[in-house]
Amino acid sequence: MPKTLYDKIWEDHLVHQQDDGTALLYVDRHLVHEVTSPQAFEGLRMKKRIVRRPELTLAVPDHNVPTTDRSKGILDAQSKIQVDTLRKNCKEFKIELFDVNDKRQGIVHIIGPEQGFTQPGTVIVCGDSHTATHGAFGSLAFGIGTSEVEHVLATQTLVQKKSKNFRINVNGKLPTGVTSKDVILKIIGTIGTAGGTGYVIEFAGEVVRNLSVEQRMTICNMTIEAGARAGLIAPDEKTFDYFKGRPKSPKGEQWDKALAHWKTLYSDEGCIFDKEINIEGKDIEPLVTWGTSPQDVSPITGRVPDPEQEVDEERKTAMYRSLEYMGLKPNMKISDIKVDTIFIGSCTNGRIEDLRLAAKLLKGKKIAKDVTALVVPGSGLVKKQAEEEGLDKIFIEAGFQWREPGCSMCLAMNDDKLASKERCASTSNRNFEGRQGRGGRTHLVSPGMAVAAAIQGHLADVREIN
Amino acid sequence: MEKFTKVKSVPAYLSLMNIDTDMIIPKQFLKTIKRTGLGKSLFYEMRYDEEGKIIKEFILNNEPYSRSKILIAGKNFGCGSSREHAPWALLDFGIKCVICVSYADIFYNNCFNNGILPIEISENVVQELSEYSKKKKEIEVDLEKQEITYGNKSVKFNLDSFKKKRLIEGLDNISLSMEKNLDIEKYENIMKKNKTWLTKND
Repeated sequence: MPKTLYDKIWEDHLVHQQDDGTALLYVDRHLVHEVTSPQAFEGLRMKKRIVRRPELTLAVPDHNVPTTDRSKGILDAQSKIQVDTLRKNCKEFKIELFDVNDKRQGIVHIIGPEQGFTQPGTVIVCGDSHTATHGAFGSLAFGIGTSEVEHVLATQTLVQKKSKNFRINVNGKLPTGVTSKDVILKIIGTIGTAGGTGYVIEFAGEVVRNLSVEQRMTICNMTIEAGARAGLIAPDEKTFDYFKGRPKSPKGEQWDKALAHWKTLYSDEGCIFDKEINIEGKDIEPLVTWGTSPQDVSPITGRVPDPEQEVDEERKTAMYRSLEYMGLKPNMKISDIKVDTIFIGSCTNGRIEDLRLAAKLLKGKKIAKDVTALVVPGSGLVKKQAEEEGLDKIFIEAGFQWREPGCSMCLAMNDDKLASKERCASTSNRNFEGRQGRGGRTHLVSPGMAVAAAIQGHLADVREIN
Repeated sequence: MEKFTKVKSVPAYLSLMNIDTDMIIPKQFLKTIKRTGLGKSLFYEMRYDEEGKIIKEFILNNEPYSRSKILIAGKNFGCGSSREHAPWALLDFGIKCVICVSYADIFYNNCFNNGILPIEISENVVQELSEYSKKKKEIEVDLEKQEITYGNKSVKFNLDSFKKKRLIEGLDNISLSMEKNLDIEKYENIMKKNKTWLTKND
């Protein structure tokens, strides 16, 4: 029987299955960070359990780390305890750690692939919803809670029920100025934040095939914003090339064996999806979010929607609440929305290609007066690469702040946060109330659109920046 | 994990869809290394103003809802971040059961690992229960019977049989999975043979 890519990876990792469909799935790769792991390690200690396969786990602090000068350590006492606790736990349980001052430190979902720790066809988990990112390499990757982190540490498995198969084909070509961030925002805007609930989504079609692997990561990263368990993209030559020579990639004979397996990772001709939709690349414009849910998207050329036009009462109430929180009026032009802050970074858009694209648009220009702008590279290696290419100078000359790697203003656990009513064009993934700081107002955009907003001082069309 | 059988309480209704885990417990409270003590910060930004004073209009700041063990909310509850601090905060506040049309996947699973029952039920029932909650009268949730009773009315709800068993018996998933150690070993031995590149790096 023809199988989907998800079916193949699922079956390949089945350790045990109960009659009711509850399955025990083997976990090949486990990523750990400081926020969602302390209670899991504590749980192990209390029950006198050990980590079953420490070599299959990689840890890094990213959520709490400062993005400014780190020579004095972490000043926030609680953040420091959490990062110190991770260090202590990794030592005790013999888990590899990229510590704060390691040049390989960075956002967990950026360093995984960067090191070749992430690999096609694997099951990858992490106590972080954006684990979905790794699906871009044809691995089944999803976020888990802390109790499940403990479960994986103790057993190297996870209790799961199989999701349904959903394929989204993005066909044709993308217009100029439209990036993979716009593609995923378009998808979330189309199916809604619960549109993927109960499914694993495979992204396919000419547009997806033509994207680089880093661009594909942006799409899978935000699959969770559509409610899906995971997002998947079948690996291809680009994926295989990406992994060649990475520190933790297979080498020599092992590479050949791995490659032979990776080449079987695709959905078979004639396999059946429980749900399938098509989106035409030519219909996607540069998008921004206007509300407090990632599904609240509008083309940059559009207007803020009017809740009165909404027929669903629950949705109408939510829209009114969003507009009040965001300080916006119905029907105003999106491009009239002024911004105070620009954030380029996060596991969604903090990779070298994102920084290259932004720097190319920014070169020789200045950010608008009264705008604060920061670039937070996704990892120490991304930062180093960018500096070797002189991208840091372009950002700094334009008026951006060039920071140390971490999650930063995507969730504002460190000092990088918005003040109340401050408005931000952000390349991150969530525009929830208070996400970037209490009362802060987030507009999700692509890196190019963030640059356009930085230059203009208001949400602006990247296609009009020369 | 505490066993779940029945819960009886005046339910509190939050009339908002897509309540995300950032709303349930904002990031500044994720810096803890414990599971307990998060109840006072549950729905922090809706419960307290910027000076930390109680916002009177918020439902959970009012008697008898401030003692509710059952929370009713709009659809897609718990979306966003995987933080288990969300169910920890609910539990620490005293919430044992949530009633919604639908949940986000990770949050839903996290509930069962903490002895919280998330009930999925039709929009009509959610509406009736939300109306009923205004009476400030108790409703009862009986997990064994899979039944919610309010006034002289009862409705059934569906639940995965394994998840139900785990809640009723207070079973720890890790212990259950460790009993399958032989299966895990068997899998690992096959993997060592067939997927050498995942364990060898040379």
